[in-house]
Amino acid sequence: METINFQLNDKPVEITIDDARMLLWVLRTDLELTGTRFGCGEGICGACTVLVDNYPVRSCQFPAVNADGKEIVTIEGLAKNGELHPLQKAFMSHDALQCGFCTSGMILTAYSLLLDNPEPTREEIIEGMEDNLCRCGSYGRIIKAVQTAAQEMKEAR
Amino acid sequence: MKEKEYLDLDFSDIKTPFTLNRREFIKAVGGGIFIFLTIGDPLDAEAQRRGGRLPTDFNAFLQIKEDGRVNCFTGKIEMGQGVINSIPQSLADELDVPLDSVDMVMGDTDLCPWDMGTFGSMTTRFFVPPLREAAAEARAVLIELAAERLELPVEKLRTEGGAVIEKNNSKNRVTYAQLTEGKRIERHLEEKPPVKDFLEFKIVGKPVLRRDSLEKVTGEAKFAGDIRLPGMLYAKILRPPAYGARLKSVDTSAAEKIEGVKVVRDGDLVAVLHTLPDVAEKAVSKIKADYDLPESDVDDKSIFDHLLKTASESNIEANGGDLEEGRELSHHIFEEKYLNSYVAHAPIENHTAIANIEGNKVTVWASTQAPFRVKDQVAEALGVSAENVRIIAPFVGGGFGGKTRCQQGIEAARLAKLTGKPVQVAWGRAEEFLYDTFRPAAVVKITSGITDDGKISLWDYGVYYAGGRGSQQFYDIPHHRTMTHSGGYPHPFGTGAWRAPANNTNTFARESQIDIMAAKAGIDPLEFRLKNLKNNQVIRILKAAADKFGWTPAKGPSGRGYGIACGTDAGTWVAHMAEVEVNDDGHVQVKRVVCAQDMGLVVNPQGAKLQVEGCIIMGLGYALSEEVHFKGGEILDTNFDTYQITRFSWTPEIETVLIESDAPPQGGGEPAIICMGGVIANAIFDATGARLYQLPMTPDRIMQARR
Repeated sequence: METINFQLNDKPVEITIDDARMLLWVLRTDLELTGTRFGCGEGICGACTVLVDNYPVRSCQFPAVNADGKEIVTIEGLAKNGELHPLQKAFMSHDALQCGFCTSGMILTAYSLLLDNPEPTREEIIEGMEDNLCRCGSYGRIIKAVQTAAQEMKEAR
Repeated sequence: MKEKEYLDLDFSDIKTPFTLNRREFIKAVGGGIFIFLTIGDPLDAEAQRRGGRLPTDFNAFLQIKEDGRVNCFTGKIEMGQGVINSIPQSLADELDVPLDSVDMVMGDTDLCPWDMGTFGSMTTRFFVPPLREAAAEARAVLIELAAERLELPVEKLRTEGGAVIEKNNSKNRVTYAQLTEGKRIERHLEEKPPVKDFLEFKIVGKPVLRRDSLEKVTGEAKFAGDIRLPGMLYAKILRPPAYGARLKSVDTSAAEKIEGVKVVRDGDLVAVLHTLPDVAEKAVSKIKADYDLPESDVDDKSIFDHLLKTASESNIEANGGDLEEGRELSHHIFEEKYLNSYVAHAPIENHTAIANIEGNKVTVWASTQAPFRVKDQVAEALGVSAENVRIIAPFVGGGFGGKTRCQQGIEAARLAKLTGKPVQVAWGRAEEFLYDTFRPAAVVKITSGITDDGKISLWDYGVYYAGGRGSQQFYDIPHHRTMTHSGGYPHPFGTGAWRAPANNTNTFARESQIDIMAAKAGIDPLEFRLKNLKNNQVIRILKAAADKFGWTPAKGPSGRGYGIACGTDAGTWVAHMAEVEVNDDGHVQVKRVVCAQDMGLVVNPQGAKLQVEGCIIMGLGYALSEEVHFKGGEILDTNFDTYQITRFSWTPEIETVLIESDAPPQGGGEPAIICMGGVIANAIFDATGARLYQLPMTPDRIMQARR
């Protein structure tokens, strides 16, 4: 067992856990943040993506103890003061989701992509999002939503 | 409507359900006006479909609440297909209330009227018509109440925006909220009230964005795996190495050594439970078990011969003319065989459920497309009366037919009973593949012929094990026969309905064969189709697709990589055109897909487009890469690394043309997927001259066909 401290959606968390456990289950079970989804369990589908120091990680493969001292953002932490993030708004205005199960991972992956590359081309969005899977087939709308969000964020700068 | 037009599932096991009694129901949901479904009436069409009587049920269709808001109760579930939008659009129009005043109560067997399940593109066709009747009845009740209140005859009143208004004096009005306040009025639909003409609709036909997206982009949306109950345990169940393997012996001692682990054994069910799901998973991996393996040695290569050998029954779906005469008339005869592999549903949300037993009441939250069916199955598994079982389907993370079965709900209920605690069962991805009810592998054999002027003169069609949906051809062919072949159970694992069951297989085969004949005749494939069609609905959508696509005639293979296919499913007609590029290594990039769809009146054009796009993207998977690898009952694909579904980089430009129509609305969730095998096969042929006879059309198969 190990006691770790990290920032979770801007709030400090201290938790004592078995050091073999993955972050996904600590988030979903111990911390009851169920917006991070379990999809494949092997880091292939991207549904469980969260941000660790703004870098997208597959939380089903990320040992929770490695979060020690880090800043974790989950889908629940993206809206600030009741204001949705431009990506969340763009996913809504483009209907860039159907069942919504991959959406948390899609939005957080796109968030990190836009930090790295605030004005990505269509090809760059595809490259950055390629390893996130959506079975309902929203890819085309997600690409457009990321472009719209990038535009809105650019205008806000 | 013939049963086999929709799906080949067997629903004869559905028993008469009994849910809350009326007093309990009204206590649970409060006052207002209730419109109830009565015996044998509005859902008759759906009931007759499965060859049985509609069960007695007295849950309400809708409730006008005392605050003027409207509750719509439906046993349908939302899995991404968007009925959470289209149902309230129809209801709001019929009831004359603002769209945002309608709240949806979905998939809860205690609160919602009986429903056979959400599949077969049936919601709009079979649930919405009686719902509209219920709304019309509610509106009539409100007008009667207003007539009393305003002291005016009903003829002088009209409804709009949640209020009853005097026709000649719009200031003289009373809202639905004022009329329902303090009242508890129950009405039963015994005679069908007149409903509005489609032309009167103001909300139906307008594009509406998803109403569930806010919850989904913030992570607030609750799926079955997100339900938390005090004292709950997470279960992981010991699974066999192959489908149908039987447990011989088991040693759970290593698992039991892990702190907090509880091991439960009940016959073949061996489960490990813990307060943390990941610890339960670790513990179950420590169990040692021996199995008797099933004897089947059929694999993904030998399956097709196995199917042909096993087939012992056949049925004529359609015939006309005389095949011998057709053969004599034919200048060219074409004899071809088409294959398609097993395909997984693979929703991103795995099968998940949580069961809680309090006293004699069993409640199960489950990712399921058929809550009322699960209710009966859970009751049977636990040996309790169905009236004590409540199933709730929260948001479902994709279904595509794969969540019509709910084994995990039964497992959770059994474990809740055995442990006395609420228990969650969430399958991992390997379990998802092991117990998926795959789209069946199938073979289609076609013998067809054309005259020397390019008219189809003969069509002899036989489909093995896919099913009959979509098998009947719609071209103008004088001598034709369509047969389905089946018998026994040749599959070494579960199979079931997969988005547009049978139709993907049948449309791939038919539209490939048409293209082969067009090429031989030296006629452009669009022109060849039009030359051999009399059905105006198909002609219209083919032309609409061609307009949007910018199709110009050329005989195939033209080198352009253009493909075409058309078909019908769930009452809707679709025509697809695609442009592909085939690399030297056999890799296919689909650049554009145009889909023209005639689905009758379009309730929500936005939602319809989402479904078309979803069908095209999902359909690329079964066309190009999706194929379950197996050896006997051992499923060799256990995750998305080897089982390749469509990815971002495959995304083509998609354009959808929705044909304007005031015919009754038809299905929208499935039709646009049926052409994806055929349209891509035909485009690959047009690009390369290579004809593909087997789905999926992997680079290897394409390279082989090019040689």
